[in-house]
Amino acid sequence: MNYTKNMRGLIFLLVIIVSAASGYGQTPTPGEKQEKSILYINATVHIGDGTKFIEGAVGFDNGLISYVGTTTKVRRNLYEEVIDVEGMHIYPGFIAPNSTLGLQEIGSVRATRDQREVGDINPHIRSLTAFQTESDITTTVRTNGILIAQITPRGSFVGGQSSVVHFDGWNWEDALIRESDGVHVYWPRMYERDHTGKSLSLKERGLYKKRVESLEEYLDQAKAYQNRANEEDVDLRLQAFSKLLKNEVNLYVHAQTAKQMTAAISLKRKYNIEKMLIVGGRESHLITNLLKENNVGVMVGRLHDLPWNDYDDLDLPYKLPKILQDAGVKWCFENAGDMEQMNSRNLPFYAGTAIAYGLEYEQAVAGLTLNTAEMIGVSTKYGSLQVGKSATLIISKGDALDMMTNNIISAFIDGRSLELTNRQIGLYKKFKKKYSN
Amino acid sequence: MRSILFCFLFLANSLSSIPQETFPLNGAENSVSPIYTFINATLHTDPSNVMENATFSIHKDRIQNIESAVNPGSVVIDLKGKHVYPSFIDLYSAYGMPTAQSKERSNGPQYESLKHGAFGWNEALNPERNAGVLFKHDTKKAKVYRAQGFGTVLTHYNDGIHRGLGALVALGSNENRNLVSKEASAHLSFRKGKSRQSYPNSLMGVTALIRQSYLDAEWYEGRNGLEPTDLTLEAWLASQSLPQIFETTEMLDILRADRIGDEFHIQYIMKGNGDEYQRLDEIKATGSSLIIPVNYPKPFDVSDSFLTNTIEIDELKHWELAPYNPYFLADKEISFSFTSHGLKDQSDFLTNVRKAVRYGLSEEKALEALTITPARQLEMSDELGVIASGFSANFIITDKNIFHEKSVILENWVQGEKFNVNNSPELALEGDYNLSYDNKLYRIRLKKDGKAIILKEREIDAHDSLGMKVTFKQTKPFVNFNYSLKNEEGIYRLSGSDIRNGKILEGRGNYPDGKEFEWIAVKQIATASILKKIELPKDSSELASPYDLLIYPFKAYGRADTLEAETILIKDATIWTCGSIGKLDRGQILFTDGKIAAVGKEIKLEEILGKKWEEEPIKILDGFGMHVTPGIIDEHSHIAISRGVNEGSQASTAEVRIGDSVNSEDVNIYRQLAGGVTTSQLLHGSANPIGGQSALIKLRWGETPENLKFKDAPGFIKFALGENVKQSNWGDNYNVRFPQSRMGVEQVYYDHFHRAKEYKSKWLAYELERSLLTKKQLKRGEVIGSPRIDLELEALAEILDSERFVTCHSYMQHEINMLMHVADSMGFTLNTFTHILEGYKLADKMKAHGAGASSFSDWWAYKYEVKDAIPFNGALLWEQGITVAYNSDDAEMARRLNHEAAKAVKYGGVPEEEALKFVTLNPAKLLHIDDKVGSLAFGKDADFVIWNNHPLSVYAKPLSTYIDGKCYFSLEKDIERRAYIAEERNRIIQLMALEGISEGSQMPGKKRSQHYHCNTITNELH
Repeated sequence: MNYTKNMRGLIFLLVIIVSAASGYGQTPTPGEKQEKSILYINATVHIGDGTKFIEGAVGFDNGLISYVGTTTKVRRNLYEEVIDVEGMHIYPGFIAPNSTLGLQEIGSVRATRDQREVGDINPHIRSLTAFQTESDITTTVRTNGILIAQITPRGSFVGGQSSVVHFDGWNWEDALIRESDGVHVYWPRMYERDHTGKSLSLKERGLYKKRVESLEEYLDQAKAYQNRANEEDVDLRLQAFSKLLKNEVNLYVHAQTAKQMTAAISLKRKYNIEKMLIVGGRESHLITNLLKENNVGVMVGRLHDLPWNDYDDLDLPYKLPKILQDAGVKWCFENAGDMEQMNSRNLPFYAGTAIAYGLEYEQAVAGLTLNTAEMIGVSTKYGSLQVGKSATLIISKGDALDMMTNNIISAFIDGRSLELTNRQIGLYKKFKKKYSN
Repeated sequence: MRSILFCFLFLANSLSSIPQETFPLNGAENSVSPIYTFINATLHTDPSNVMENATFSIHKDRIQNIESAVNPGSVVIDLKGKHVYPSFIDLYSAYGMPTAQSKERSNGPQYESLKHGAFGWNEALNPERNAGVLFKHDTKKAKVYRAQGFGTVLTHYNDGIHRGLGALVALGSNENRNLVSKEASAHLSFRKGKSRQSYPNSLMGVTALIRQSYLDAEWYEGRNGLEPTDLTLEAWLASQSLPQIFETTEMLDILRADRIGDEFHIQYIMKGNGDEYQRLDEIKATGSSLIIPVNYPKPFDVSDSFLTNTIEIDELKHWELAPYNPYFLADKEISFSFTSHGLKDQSDFLTNVRKAVRYGLSEEKALEALTITPARQLEMSDELGVIASGFSANFIITDKNIFHEKSVILENWVQGEKFNVNNSPELALEGDYNLSYDNKLYRIRLKKDGKAIILKEREIDAHDSLGMKVTFKQTKPFVNFNYSLKNEEGIYRLSGSDIRNGKILEGRGNYPDGKEFEWIAVKQIATASILKKIELPKDSSELASPYDLLIYPFKAYGRADTLEAETILIKDATIWTCGSIGKLDRGQILFTDGKIAAVGKEIKLEEILGKKWEEEPIKILDGFGMHVTPGIIDEHSHIAISRGVNEGSQASTAEVRIGDSVNSEDVNIYRQLAGGVTTSQLLHGSANPIGGQSALIKLRWGETPENLKFKDAPGFIKFALGENVKQSNWGDNYNVRFPQSRMGVEQVYYDHFHRAKEYKSKWLAYELERSLLTKKQLKRGEVIGSPRIDLELEALAEILDSERFVTCHSYMQHEINMLMHVADSMGFTLNTFTHILEGYKLADKMKAHGAGASSFSDWWAYKYEVKDAIPFNGALLWEQGITVAYNSDDAEMARRLNHEAAKAVKYGGVPEEEALKFVTLNPAKLLHIDDKVGSLAFGKDADFVIWNNHPLSVYAKPLSTYIDGKCYFSLEKDIERRAYIAEERNRIIQLMALEGISEGSQMPGKKRSQHYHCNTITNELH
């Protein structure tokens, strides 16, 4: 421990005291550019790609990782600050894909909801500029190790474009990692109840065909739009769709049933869309071959969920990542659903549960880091601890995938050290003080 | 002209029926009512007696005598070879009733009754309704009923909770004579129907309303006219002498209704749903007789394997077992009658009754269910249901034994009036014929449904008909069919008749050009040729007994085994006792007779078990590497509740009881066992300041609702504060119910508790006065009218007397503080604040008041009032000495409450053993059951979980979960059940695929079961 470290600690403490005094904690100040090279030694280093180093070390300088390997082999004298974190764990910063963090503060207060636009075909809608860096929720997620998110608009059919951000910025421009990484399609339901009789029988949903046909119509038009004569004729929707057809961005299909996914894959083939991903994929275990053959990955829907059917294996949601992993389908964790913003902080524990139900530990880490980064197209810089990549990482005192031991003591985004506090910690300290008097 | 014709028909038709004496007559009187004598009949006088070559006679609307000499003055009808049965009685019908109309929908909620007049306060109670007055004869429907063998129908206005009186009507043609009895029965149900009044909107609310109505009626009667006239209560009272018919919507409702009946000494006749076999013994134990439908489900369309995946195992099994339902009931000697109600097509009734007979129901029992049982249920067995002298002349004449598949009802006599149903036995025309004319030969196939296909000879393949459009018509004995041939224009028209008993059809036809020809079609005896039909395996012979197919509950993961309390010793395990001896690293624990017999470092079995040690098998489990904890207790759960978790329609609904609607068939019970939960408090929701009474259950998967209930547990009631009770998030239409602000919430409590105090004193005064009555006065029969029993105030009075405890849904500190002030001033203690997310702000005040906390580990940000919720809440409260529990309020989270407890370690550093108590001992304390459960200590219930890992770790999962020493869940058993489910699914889907081809099928489409939260507002009562 050197002076700088202590100084930082002092500032940290001051912030807490100040925020506690006011009663309304500010969101923490963004970190400062990395000025000193740092080396962490004697940790279990989880690379993110399915491997790890026991008694490993991670060094970074100027915001980039400069060393990943064993502690014994590292040249410590190259680093201005060497921190021994024996028994602790280092992970790449966890990534929350398909997230609405920063788009909604309080679920029941309409004024704070910005994650959904009206209209069915909104490929032009972008989440980025509505992403609020001052959200009080994001900081409570950061303290559990999640540093990056794919901010995703919701919708009734074509929701819009997501962007990838990190959680350390004065504004959305600072926070941006990848702008408009893909278009999100909420695949329509195929069946509806037949209300004509007393029975609950399903029938094919009239709207389904209409919706899919309208999407195809737009894609056909977008093809033509690419070759339009007059460049000044701008159609925001077609512009957005043509990026998809040019394979510049991903197509995210939010779908749960095997039939929906199969239909989406047939659309992918029809329009030669290279990068398509399934979000949710509750029944993806039924079509693993189809997914693999078509190179379609799955963002596995909230793991802490009930089985859909009564008769399903009790642990079906828990073991879905393991099934996909074994089948060779690319996958990662996501957590959309009830109270999804605040629940993002539990994302690492989904990985823990998946391990309890058969998944190998480092593969589970990959589902929070490199797999995700690859799927959302930011893996050149993020997602794993690799020399040359961004120093976006967390240090946890214990196993970060277990709620009992998850304890993030330091976190860095592009080498900037984060203040690991939030409004909730502020309130905690404030009232702790009340009772200590 | 039409009306004249109608009159003529009417008169002609009523020749055999008898006009009303008081009615004027148009035309000459048919003064002679002939006696009809039927001879040579096979007479089924009642289900157990058949007389061959019997003679019986009727006069007017009565059966005159049986086995008498033929009266020379009578019309003699020879019934040689024919069978006569008493006609059937249908007790469940809305026949001749006006259609229940929906009231106009208004935007906002409707809190008061819109019924004008001196009626009671709730629109869903209509005991004054009289079906006899509403009844209008319906010629068409009467005909449909008669075609199925019915002669009499009990009808009622099928809407509401109390539906009024049922009318027994005959199915004759003269509507002035059809009303047999206008006060035949009284009808109740758990369904609110068309009433738009807010209360009740849950099953428990309906139950409470019925219960209160019985009490009110009794009280009203005792007041001897001192109260203003209440037509509803008067009619309610008047209806009590009649048979009481209770409509249920699932088999558990039968148990529920019976519990109400037991309270008021009423034995209802239950209108069932055909699923009674799923809880046979319990239904038998109610002593109820039933009215059951024969509406077996069609097989599902299983052609799409993805959609087939959505069909539940219980839906599949119900398809297979529904036709056995009557057999099961008869086998258990449960009395029941059949109703045609609930059939999509009423003309399937007899077919389905016959199916029940094919599926094991004896013919005698079937006849009972059609005749004497309904007569008995209606207390009309001296007039209806058998063929005996003096009884109503209601009988049917059939060509064969009625249960024979091809038996046909020829005539149906209603009160001495004859109706032809079928002129002659249906000609069995369906089949394949060789059709020839002009040296051409075709194969035609006439189908049952009136369709036909034509196949060219020697190209016989069902899928390769000539692609012709064929229309086929049959008006016995005539047949007509038209078709066109490929490569030929125009239509062939053939007309003919069957004059040789279905074997040969012949007639004349026209070529497309009009030229005539003669044709003949000779029936081909079905051979095992290419036309072979797929044969289904014979259902009953395949199985040893249909009982083998039952599981409890009748749901996925239901069990067929009987559980015994095991004597089990666990050695070398880490034992988290959650009690005074803390955590034992390599400890031993012994369970026997459903209790904990010993726990410690080492247990001497022979000392503790005594004789048992030698006599009984003891399971010894090497627990090395395993962890044993008490069963998890969920203080705040909404699983296992049927049809509504929130009554919530009024600011206070203290009278409603979750215990009235416990649903033992909820798969979440099993899922949570698999997560180590053994006890759950089922709470009312949070839609109103004073909610309903809780039920405490142990998750004894497979048992009935009553057996799930935790014995001798103190009563609880749910209160709620904040946004939910002031309807903040209910939409803009909900802004009239008091309270709409936190200010109003406070006054709701003061108001109700003041009223409860008054109520208490009123009763005290009454008891005092009564105790002062002298013996003389008592002898003279002097009584003092008792105050009205008000179930809502009773519950509140119990709170004041500390006989009922409060669990209060709460978030923000100011309102929590407010409620503690209310309680302090009223002299009671708030037992538990649940959710209590701002509890950390006033832990000191809670401590002073004596309240406990049952919280979420980390929920927040879903509404404005939880913006200050922090995950450190539990730790801060615990540090201040509050009893803290973590609860689920969520069927998903309850599967891993141990992980939620672990968050108390993460957020705020609660020691591990203490954190585990958040989901074991502490909720037990909050529920006042810590003398029985919550820790592993001598004498407590053997409710425990064996884990594969540190119980607070995310990697921990239960290996097995025990309640009362019985193993309700284990990973091994779970694997067996999965295998059973997979096998059963496959077996039944195969059967369905086969049967669906011949019988037609339905699309899958289950209703997903409701998962309730505090704020779930539903109305599932329509």
